[in-house]
Formats: sequence, structure tokens, C-alpha cells
Amino acid sequence: MTDNAVPCTVKSPVPLQIGDAKTDTSRPGVYVIDVTFPHGQAVKIREISFKNYYTAFLMVRLQKKDPGSPGGCARWVTCLKNHPLMSSPHTEEGSQDYFSIYRHQMLVDPDDVTSVRLILRQPSSAWLNFTLEDIRIHQCASDDSERDMPAWFSQLTPVDQVPDLQGLPNPQTVASSIQQMWALTEVMQTNQTAAPIGRFDVDGCYDVNLLSYT
Amino acid sequence: MAALWDLFPPTRAWGSVQRCHTTGFGHFHRSKSECLHRPEIRIECLKEDVRNFLKKTGWERKLQNAVYRELHVLPQPSHAAAPPEHTKEPLAYMRKAQACWEKRILKSLNSMSTELGVPLARKRPVREQKELLQKWSEMGTNEPDLSHFRPVYAPKDFLEVLTSLRNPNLDSSDEASCRSHLGLIQVSLNVKDIPEMREFFCELSLEKGQLGIDDHTSFPPDLFESDHICLGKKVLSEQDSAAAQQYSRQGCPTGLRAHLWALILNCSNDPEDVMHYEQLKAGVINHDLLVDNLIYKDVKLTASNDDYYFVFEDYLYQVLLCFSRDTAVLEHFNYSSATPPTCHTKGQSGAEDGTSVYPPNGVVPFHGFSMYVAPLCFLYKEPSQLYSVFREMYVRYFFRLHSISSSPSGIVSLCLQFEKLLQVYLPQLFYHLRETGAQPLRIAFKWMVRAFSGYLATDQLLLLWDRILGYDSMEILAVLAAAVFAFRAENLMEVTSLAAAEAVLADLSTLKVMPLLQIFLFATVI
Repeated sequence: MTDNAVPCTVKSPVPLQIGDAKTDTSRPGVYVIDVTFPHGQAVKIREISFKNYYTAFLMVRLQKKDPGSPGGCARWVTCLKNHPLMSSPHTEEGSQDYFSIYRHQMLVDPDDVTSVRLILRQPSSAWLNFTLEDIRIHQCASDDSERDMPAWFSQLTPVDQVPDLQGLPNPQTVASSIQQMWALTEVMQTNQTAAPIGRFDVDGCYDVNLLSYT
Repeated sequence: MAALWDLFPPTRAWGSVQRCHTTGFGHFHRSKSECLHRPEIRIECLKEDVRNFLKKTGWERKLQNAVYRELHVLPQPSHAAAPPEHTKEPLAYMRKAQACWEKRILKSLNSMSTELGVPLARKRPVREQKELLQKWSEMGTNEPDLSHFRPVYAPKDFLEVLTSLRNPNLDSSDEASCRSHLGLIQVSLNVKDIPEMREFFCELSLEKGQLGIDDHTSFPPDLFESDHICLGKKVLSEQDSAAAQQYSRQGCPTGLRAHLWALILNCSNDPEDVMHYEQLKAGVINHDLLVDNLIYKDVKLTASNDDYYFVFEDYLYQVLLCFSRDTAVLEHFNYSSATPPTCHTKGQSGAEDGTSVYPPNGVVPFHGFSMYVAPLCFLYKEPSQLYSVFREMYVRYFFRLHSISSSPSGIVSLCLQFEKLLQVYLPQLFYHLRETGAQPLRIAFKWMVRAFSGYLATDQLLLLWDRILGYDSMEILAVLAAAVFAFRAENLMEVTSLAAAEAVLADLSTLKVMPLLQIFLFATVI
């Protein structure tokens, strides 16, 4: 799968807390990370991927260009609410895992997106810091590229026309059966040489005096 | 094969089938291609005919078992962006701790080799090879001078490393809070509490029959035991790994246990396995490793001194020395947080310079390692079958007991689970022991690291290991450790030192495992 990561600017996390961030002894439980695209481009998002660092819940809001409204002004919509990244905010499970949020998980279609806002929540006071790392936005592959069709394409029998079989088996069923067997033999052929031989010596020699520190 | 797709998610099942092809499913390919040449196979229904042929000859079941085995060891499919080390262990600070620990072991091995003037590995002279071959089945009669060798580490050294494990992102300020760790383990892993355990171990509940309880002589056998044995024979005749695993949750009858475990672990004693074992034996004869001395020392110190296991001393050498030469074990490092030690080797010509793994299987034995093999000697008489069952048990379960990882069956999780169970359900006992300087984990750790081998009576130990296989998890070790403390709570409340607590818990050989587990899980008032 080609990596369609869009270049974007990820701003540093901004804490949301009541009171003065500098003098308050308790740590913030909410951070907001804004992601913007250069030159104000509008993106059709396929996937948002990131590495978690102790964030418990994630909310995603998108700023979409509204084609309907006059002047094309943008509006904010919530596309993901309270998505859990850690099974329990107090324990380590999921705390350093890699995640992807896909289009089909979102409440609204992420088309014509000009800005993405990630709202991170960590209600547990057990952790000193929490954030998301390595945030990438992947866009959908463009499917409107037109290429010239070769001439012989038009000479093929259309699928809906049933050919005259004359007692022979249906080519579709034969083709699918043979294709499966062929795929299996291909796999067997390519994997044959990967079987380990099992010898640990090099040319019958295995003299070791020192272990390496990597 | 379509049935397999129904059982398992497609990507994992396909990965498992691909792996089966590479792990020498030679005669499966041959019989498949022979089948295709038969005249009754028609092209239109090729798929159906091949499928029926596989079912009739029992190959479908074998393939199912093989895929089931792969699914047990394959890690969960990971994110595309996750590097391989993340699959081995997702938490960065644990990877770092494991790497430090491994470096300590390497240094210890290197200095042992230098101080004693013994090379880490060398080719045996021909005369020595002949002597060893002659004495192969009675290596216990050798009396090598092992006085200068010391084990690379003992469980208590490993416990010190685990107690010093710290997450740099954890708030460990001095204020006591509900999340303070009063025990030795200071990391916040996800562990099950008793309500979750009751659900997970539901087959052990009070209303279900158990071997280890309901096969006692005071109960009539037709209450549970004879039906269970009949069911066991049926499971064996079907040769279904998944069914055998489910069956094992209520215990395996003594007469069927060896076959059932081999079925669950998908270990056969085919000519290929015997040949593989002979190849390893040749590796032992040809090359002498320093770790061999460590194995000898360990067997002499532990199994040879044990009333139950001293008779199997020769078998232990035959298995463990071959185990050290088995490069197939290296595969488990793909899903273990550990990394094998490496060394530089030169070919005979002296020109090639390659990197090899030392020992060839990448596993450095520690004090008590031979106790993982000893109980299996009661089940398997053929060294090659004993070997393949032990190897499979190691690469599925035992490796997690001596490496630092966040896995739910890993030793760190087991220790934390044990401490949490005690704190929540026996708070007075926990507090008392902590105040008298007898942190409970200091006593229970050695039990869990060895999976209770050498501490329980053998029949009880095998009943415990039935459940490890049945539930594919080692959490039962933590539950049993807590149950033992609960059982001896009255005596423990009167101790005033760690030594006295150790004395109370020194002898577990009279304990009955299944009643203890059942009472702790299902009859304790929450």
C-alpha cells in the first residue's frame, strides 16, 4: 500500500486547564494538538495514524470547507468521540501502541478537510506526561486519473454475454478453480528455499571465544 | 480449508498456512500432488474433490492442528508503522531493561570464559567425540570438575532486576494514593482481578468436575471420572488439538496425559522429528560448549538432589544438551522480548567472518532451568519425543518466565498479579508480612519462575500444568501462589521475619493444587 501521507504541520500540544499552567501543582488532563495543511489545501482523508504515549481517550474534530455556504467558509465538526486508546487509563495496556483511525470509523466523511484538531484526554494522575507522536494524515489515492485504453480492450467479449459452450464446462468455474490451485503452487514454490537447514556451525567450525556487546 | 477461514480471521489464518508450508509439510505436498493425478479427479469440481480427499485421509485435521499451533505462537497482527521491536515488546522502558539484563548475562559469560580459560565453544577432538558417543545414555556417570563453574544467575538475581523496573513516565511521588504499589513490583500492568479470573477460569468452578478433586477414592468413579476418561479417549481418536486443549482444562487422566499434551502442542514422533533429534545429538558430539558445563552443574545441583527426579538425570542431559544446539528455537525470539547473544565465527578456511548466535539456540540456562524438563520425564520415554514436547513448551510458555516483558503471561505480570491478589483479599496478612520484612513476593517468586516444578508433588504439578496448557496462560501460577499463602495464612500471621515465613512455606509437597485453586477463586468471600 503506497504511503499517501500528506505533508502537514503538527503544532505542539496545548494544555487545557483551569488556573495558571505555571503555578498550578496538578497536571493538565487535556491536551489539544492542531494539524494544518500547507497552502490551505483541502484534503480527502483516508487515515490518521499515530503512536500513542499514555493518552487514554482521543477526540478528533475536523475543519471542513463548506461548498454550500456562500464565500466557502469552514466549519468544525466532530468525527470521533471519546475513542479509547488504553483499556484502562491507569494501566500500561495500549499506552505505547501504534494506532490508525480510518474513514469508516469517522462520524462524518473527512472530505475537504483544511485542519484537524486532536483532543487528548488522560484522566489518571498516575502518568507524568501524555501525548501522541508521529502523527500522519494519509489521503485517499486519486481515482480520477484517465489513461488511454488500449485498442484491444474493446475487442474483448463483454462479461454479460454468455458464450456458446457446446458441452464444455463453464470457463468461469474452471478458471477460478485453476487459479486457486495455481496460487497455491506459486506460494509453495516461492517458500521452498526459506526452510531452515538447522546447522549452527560455519563449515563445520564453531569456535567462539567472546560474545559481542551490541 | 474454507472451514479454517470461518474459525480464524483471514489474514492470520493465511499467515499460518504459509508458515506451515515452510516448516516441512513435505508429505502433505506430495500426497496433494499425488491426489491430483488420480483419474477420478475432475477439473470442474477440482476444489471439492481435493477437499474431500484431504478430509478422508485425515490431512485436513492435521492441517487444522498445525494452523492452530501457529496461531498460538504468532503475535497479534501489528500496525504497519510498528517496528519489529515493538512487536516483541511494546513498552520502551521494558525493552531497555531487558537489554541491560542481557548485557549483564553476556559480561558474566565472557568473564567466566576468560577467568577459567575455557572457550565458549570449541570442536571436540575425535577421541573425546568417541567417548561421549559411547557414554551418551549414561552421562550422569561422568564426574566433570564443575567446582569453578557457577550459574550465570539465579532467580533471586532476576527478582532484583524486576523490583528495580521503573516506568520513567509514572508519577512516583511520595504521597500515598490508592495506586501506590505496596509490593515489590512498581509497574502498572493490566492484571485480572478475581471477578475477571472467575470468568476466565470458569471450568474450574465448584459445580464442574475436576481431576485432582473429583477423582479422589472417596468419590464413586461414575460421578465424573469415568465419563471424563471416555471423553478423553474420544478426543484422542478425533486428533483435534483445539478439543484436547478445552478438555485439558478439567484435567488429563494419567493414562492419556502424554498423548493429550502431545496433541495440544502438536508434537509428533515422526521419523523427521527423530532425525532432527539425531542431528542435534551429532551437534553435541561434535562441539563442546561452555553452557554444557552450566547445564551439568544445574542438573547436579537441582534435579539430581530431588527425590522425584534424580532417576531421570541421564534423560535431562540428553534433552538439555541437544536443546542448546537447536537453531529452530531461534524463531521464538520473533515474539519474545529477549534477543539472543551473538558472536563472531570464522569458517575453517579462516577467511569467512560471520555473526552467529551463542549458544546456537540463543538461550542461556540459569540455576533451576533443568526443572522445566524434569516433570516431562514422567510422561515420555523416547528421548526424541521428550525433547520435542519440552521444546514446544519452552517456546510457548517457559521463555516468558525469565524475560522482562509486559505480556499477561510474563513473569512481571504474574508477580504483580500475585501481589495484587494478596493485597486485595488478604490485606492483613500482606501488611503483616510487609512490616516484618517478609515481602511475600520474595518467597513466591522462585515458585512462579519454575512453574512450581520441584516444589509440588509430581502428580499435583502435572495437574497444574494441564491447566496451563488448557488455558494457554500462566496466570494460574500467580493464583496458586496466592492460594498457598491464603491456606497457610494463620501460621504466617505469627511470623516475625523473612526466615520464619520461608520456613512456614518451605514444604509444599503435601499440598493439593486443585482444591486450593477452587477455594481461592470460587469460595472466597469478596
